[in-house]
Amino acid sequence: MPPRSTSPAPAPAPEQVTTPTPENAPPSAVPAGRTRTGDVTVRSEREQKKVVRRGFRHVAKAVREQPGMFTLAVLGSSLYGAMTVASAYVIGGITERLVLPSFERGSVTAGALWLATLAILGVAVLKIVGIIGRRLFAGIMSFRLQAEYRRRVTGQYLRLPLSWHQRHPTGQLLSNANSDVEASWFFVAPLPFACGAIVMVVITVVALFLTDPLLAVVGLVVFPLVFLANAVYSQVMSPRMARAQQLRAEVSEIAHESFDAALVVKTLGREAAETERFGVRADELRDGLVAVGRVRGLFDPMMEALPNLGTLAVLLVGADQVATGSTNAGDLVSIAYLFTLLALPIRAIGWVLADLPRALAGYDRVAPVLAAEGETPHGPDAAAGGPTGAGVGVRAVDFGHTDADGRTNRVLHGVTFDVEAGRTVAVVGPTGSGKSTLAGLLVRLVDPHSGEVLLDGVDVRSLREGEVSTQAAFVAQGTFLFDDTVRGNITLGADIGDDEVHAALRVAAAEDFVDRLPEGLDTRVGERGASLSGGQRQRLALARAVVRRPRLLVMDDATSAVDPSVEARILDALRSTDQPATVVVVAYRQATISLADEVVWIDRGRLVARGSHAELLAQVPGYARLVQAYQPPDAVTAAEPEPAGAQA
Amino acid sequence: MTAVAEPATGLTERPTETATATLRRGLRMMPEFRRGLPATFALALLATAGRVVVPIAVQQTLDRGLGAAGGPDIPLVRELVAVCALVVLVTAVAVYRMNVRLFRTTETALANLRVRAFRHVHDLSVLHQQGERRGNLVSRVTSDVDQLSVFMQWGGVLGLVSLGQLVVATVVMAVYSWQLTLLVLVCFIPLGFAVKWFAKRLAAVYGVVRERVGDVLAAVGESVVGAPTVRAYGIRGRTAARIDAAIDRHYRASVQAQKTTAGVYVSGEFVAAVANAAVVVVGVLLGIGGQISAGTLIAFLFLVTLFVAPVQTASEVLNEAQNAVAGFRRVLDVLDTEPDVQDPVDGRALPEGPLGVRFSHVVFRYAPGARPALDDVDLEIAPRTRVAVVGETGSGKTTFAKLLTRLMDPSSGRVLVGGVPLAEIAFASLRERVVMVPQDGFLFDASVADNVRYGKPGMTDAHVAAAFDELGLGDWVEGLTDGVATAVGQRGESLSAGERQLVAVARAYVADPDLLVLDEATSAVDPATEARLTRALDTLTSGRTTITIAHRLSTAERADEVLVVDAGRVVQRGTHAELVDAPGVYAGLHASWRRSSGAARTPA
Ligand SMILES: Nc1ncnc2c1ncn2[C@@H]1O[C@H](COP(=O)(O)OP(=O)(O)OP(=O)(O)O)[C@@H](O)[C@H]1O
Ligand SMILES: Nc1ncnc2c1ncn2[C@@H]1O[C@H](COP(=O)(O)OP(=O)(O)OP(=O)(O)O)[C@@H](O)[C@H]1O
Ligand SMILES: [Mg+2]
Ligand SMILES: [Mg+2]
Repeated sequence: MPPRSTSPAPAPAPEQVTTPTPENAPPSAVPAGRTRTGDVTVRSEREQKKVVRRGFRHVAKAVREQPGMFTLAVLGSSLYGAMTVASAYVIGGITERLVLPSFERGSVTAGALWLATLAILGVAVLKIVGIIGRRLFAGIMSFRLQAEYRRRVTGQYLRLPLSWHQRHPTGQLLSNANSDVEASWFFVAPLPFACGAIVMVVITVVALFLTDPLLAVVGLVVFPLVFLANAVYSQVMSPRMARAQQLRAEVSEIAHESFDAALVVKTLGREAAETERFGVRADELRDGLVAVGRVRGLFDPMMEALPNLGTLAVLLVGADQVATGSTNAGDLVSIAYLFTLLALPIRAIGWVLADLPRALAGYDRVAPVLAAEGETPHGPDAAAGGPTGAGVGVRAVDFGHTDADGRTNRVLHGVTFDVEAGRTVAVVGPTGSGKSTLAGLLVRLVDPHSGEVLLDGVDVRSLREGEVSTQAAFVAQGTFLFDDTVRGNITLGADIGDDEVHAALRVAAAEDFVDRLPEGLDTRVGERGASLSGGQRQRLALARAVVRRPRLLVMDDATSAVDPSVEARILDALRSTDQPATVVVVAYRQATISLADEVVWIDRGRLVARGSHAELLAQVPGYARLVQAYQPPDAVTAAEPEPAGAQA
Repeated sequence: MTAVAEPATGLTERPTETATATLRRGLRMMPEFRRGLPATFALALLATAGRVVVPIAVQQTLDRGLGAAGGPDIPLVRELVAVCALVVLVTAVAVYRMNVRLFRTTETALANLRVRAFRHVHDLSVLHQQGERRGNLVSRVTSDVDQLSVFMQWGGVLGLVSLGQLVVATVVMAVYSWQLTLLVLVCFIPLGFAVKWFAKRLAAVYGVVRERVGDVLAAVGESVVGAPTVRAYGIRGRTAARIDAAIDRHYRASVQAQKTTAGVYVSGEFVAAVANAAVVVVGVLLGIGGQISAGTLIAFLFLVTLFVAPVQTASEVLNEAQNAVAGFRRVLDVLDTEPDVQDPVDGRALPEGPLGVRFSHVVFRYAPGARPALDDVDLEIAPRTRVAVVGETGSGKTTFAKLLTRLMDPSSGRVLVGGVPLAEIAFASLRERVVMVPQDGFLFDASVADNVRYGKPGMTDAHVAAAFDELGLGDWVEGLTDGVATAVGQRGESLSAGERQLVAVARAYVADPDLLVLDEATSAVDPATEARLTRALDTLTSGRTTITIAHRLSTAERADEVLVVDAGRVVQRGTHAELVDAPGVYAGLHASWRRSSGAARTPA
């Protein structure tokens, strides 16, 4: 969704200077960046005022990040600028030394013609070097900044805790990484040109003052005007740009969610309503962009007109001075000419300035991601390790989910239990009781608000990074497959041989269907495993866990579409060795539960009872109701399920 | 299989189409863009004229006013300056008006294009939608469109301005010296070819860049959506490497594109220098031969620069156009992909009352030549029956459900609902009367109530709460923090997996269909709640047809009829009682399920 991720310099700068005609309009009122400003909404008045200063700081940041490329590009631009001036001198020199004399004499030497040709081509070659330096290095600088910030932003996504992810819509994170980053550094492409143009400005200004200080001052009034115009422009543009970026984000979020929901949209025939929903935002975005366009549409011709008006002012004042004799006509001509040379650098600077509000709007969305705290802290410890299963301890664990508004929904209350190494524990509880939350805590997807989770007696928070995942494997309730091959989805990049992969597939009863896939292990499964059936996806996820021979296996209702015998096989495979793995399994089936050494009954976030299946069945009516719900009524002697209280 | 040529593939792509063909194709789709165009053109012409006149006017002021033969002509200078100032101002106003008009028309046209492309994505069949990564689909209605707006707002006008300048410069040059004009034109001919060549290369590199953007989005999206998996398996490094690789490929493609554009400029600059040198050499030689005067040659040298600049701009515009066209093509490819499952023209409405289903020798393949996922399914389901579809994983149950609800069309054979071939039923009628709860029910980032009334907008919260009560889920809803107003989070992730399914079932229930298809709709719900829910549903939907796919065979035990699917074929059908003791697939499945759910039957 990146607009213009690719286009070369936004402002194909006119390469010819001898004419003050603006050949190129900067293309940039444009876009990129979307993302709800969830974190950064509307900036305060005071901050609005600082737009210009923040803009310059932003430019400085770009330069600091890529000093090498920037220097090269500025050198290229300077060379280009110098050669532009030089080419005017070359033509002048040729006129005086070649054209006029040879026309007078009526003859010319081949040598002189060669010299002229060489001079023109020589300057052109240097100019070309300058162009390459400017265009290429400026482009590379911009792309490097984009790539670098994309890496940083996505690095944050991988670092930040799941709780942070839950508060940020996927669509927003995608635009942060893509279009907002792009918007942030887009202005960089014409930046070196503008800096190089300053060389031209300096040369010209010096020449101006040497020729006639008074006229120089008159003409230079243009500069404060340019900056004034820009300051006003930034003020007016910033809020509009921020709004446009936000609407972009919303449009892209709706598109993302709606395409994600495509199946639901179709099955309920809501295509028209979705289009309407999208259309409303698209129209708002249109209005937002038109509002941006109005300002931009005014600013551009102003930047075009100002240098021209400056030249004309010089001519007017100069003409008076020529009339009074304080300046001669020749000097005025050269001054006017020098002013036409100024038009280009002024415009180049204008492009950069004009793009700054957009860059800031984009960067304001990226910055909170980069600044977000809450990296899961890791300690220095290694897990006790060893060949046996891992011991698990859950001590007085409280946990709540915090939503975007900061409200916390308490889900687990003082849960305490232990699982001895090598034992199998079934976690059973009604829908929404907190089983998945508990499972996530065991493998440290989240950290408890209070209390602790122990692995081999060590608090998981003090284990070093990667330690939990080497010891424990987790099969989530919803399977997630990568857009990769079957093999890639099972090994996840680990160095695991095909034999082991096949063995794991066999355990998960996935071997048969994988063999039947067109390319076996090398078949790509599509985004999120789209080309597989629900049960097939689940089996691959199981194989992924089994293949790692974890010391602790946590399965969160991961076998709903898998034959019970498969589940038994998996448990067997993990337990039949001399050093059986510890297994925590969230399950409803009695077959699974009966494989467990112990059952933990969770209800409304509390550990209500634990014991053997038989004990719980006898003592806990809710438990009996739940696990026996499928039995023919005559077989159920425990309380008949009554239609009250899903959570009871 | 009728219209479906390549069911499992993505969108129609025309990588070889020329840029002009793309533009023409695109403009046809954007009638709004042409509206009010004459006035914009008039302004553009005025702006062009102004931009051409200003440098010449300044030049003239210098030449004739200050450099006049008898010394500077001050009054003339003043007059000329006044005129110039007027021209500059008029030009500025014209440019401003033109910009505003352009922004308005292009943004309007593009907003409409966006919306149409969006709609079209929804009109595509599930297979087309799956064939394309979501990130890619999103970019086709967002950034690819943006790409276009960039170009349309400056590229088109700039091209026009350059063209105007070119014509004026050529005419003026020809007035000074036709020989030298010819010479300049000849010098620029090779540039024409170069630009053409570059345009082709650029189209290719930009195409690659746009594709890489999609890759980056897909990689990032995957890491975000799969964040729990990434964490649980400690594959942050690997995931980062995958993303970085995608970012890097995009970076390299961008640099490649940048190199190519630099090439365009370099060749332009070089040709300009050659033209200059040629004019000097030939001009001098002509001058010596007495054909032109020194003044003419000097003036001509100035004019050449007026000629060169727009040529370079125009070639730049052409190149930029390739970039925009690459984006445009991606948008148009969406619009040009014929939905392979189409709402029939003059579709029929389903007959009133309960609906029966008939599959007539239905075969379905996900890809041409692949093993059929359903093979010669031929059966009839009477109205008002409760049918359970059971079978091993991957046997074809979901495929069956998708054909039944016309999310896909069979490769051969046909499906009839209520006696009407599915392909002839208007979507409006079909989607209202036949509703499926898919295996992975998706919730929108809204409240529980909003999600439930998704298929029946206009329901009040109270109605929604009442519906939950009817389904025996009233207590559950009341237990949520804000009742039916509780926000479910993106993709419903603030609810537990089972709770999400409860909402999805309620959503289908309130849609009040005559044929309800449940594909593992309660697989994550605890047995007690499920039993209660299905009992409630049984009562509520009695008199309608329901088709339930489930691994929990309790469904089959209660069903009027059981369909047993095995490896794409319906191998058994009958009531539970008939099948359970007959040798066959069902007996095996059921025995295994019974064992698992009742193994530890322990009377208290
Ligand atoms: N991200 C979240 N934000 C707020 N509440 C949440 C979030 N995730 C889960 N919850 C709530 O926490 C409770 C426990 O959820 P959890 O997923 O642990 O349940 P569960 O026992 O696994 O249920 P199921 O059997 O349906 O999978 C539920 O009531 C759910 O609504
Ligand atoms: N989009 C797809 N592209 C290619 N093949 C597919 C696609 N979807 C399903 N298949 C294949 O078609 C076969 C039938 O799949 P289907 O989803 O109908 O199975 P199912 O009976 O619903 O299984 P489950 O019980 O696991 O949900 C499987 O072998 C599966 O791999
Ligand atoms: Mg759960
Ligand atoms: Mg299925």
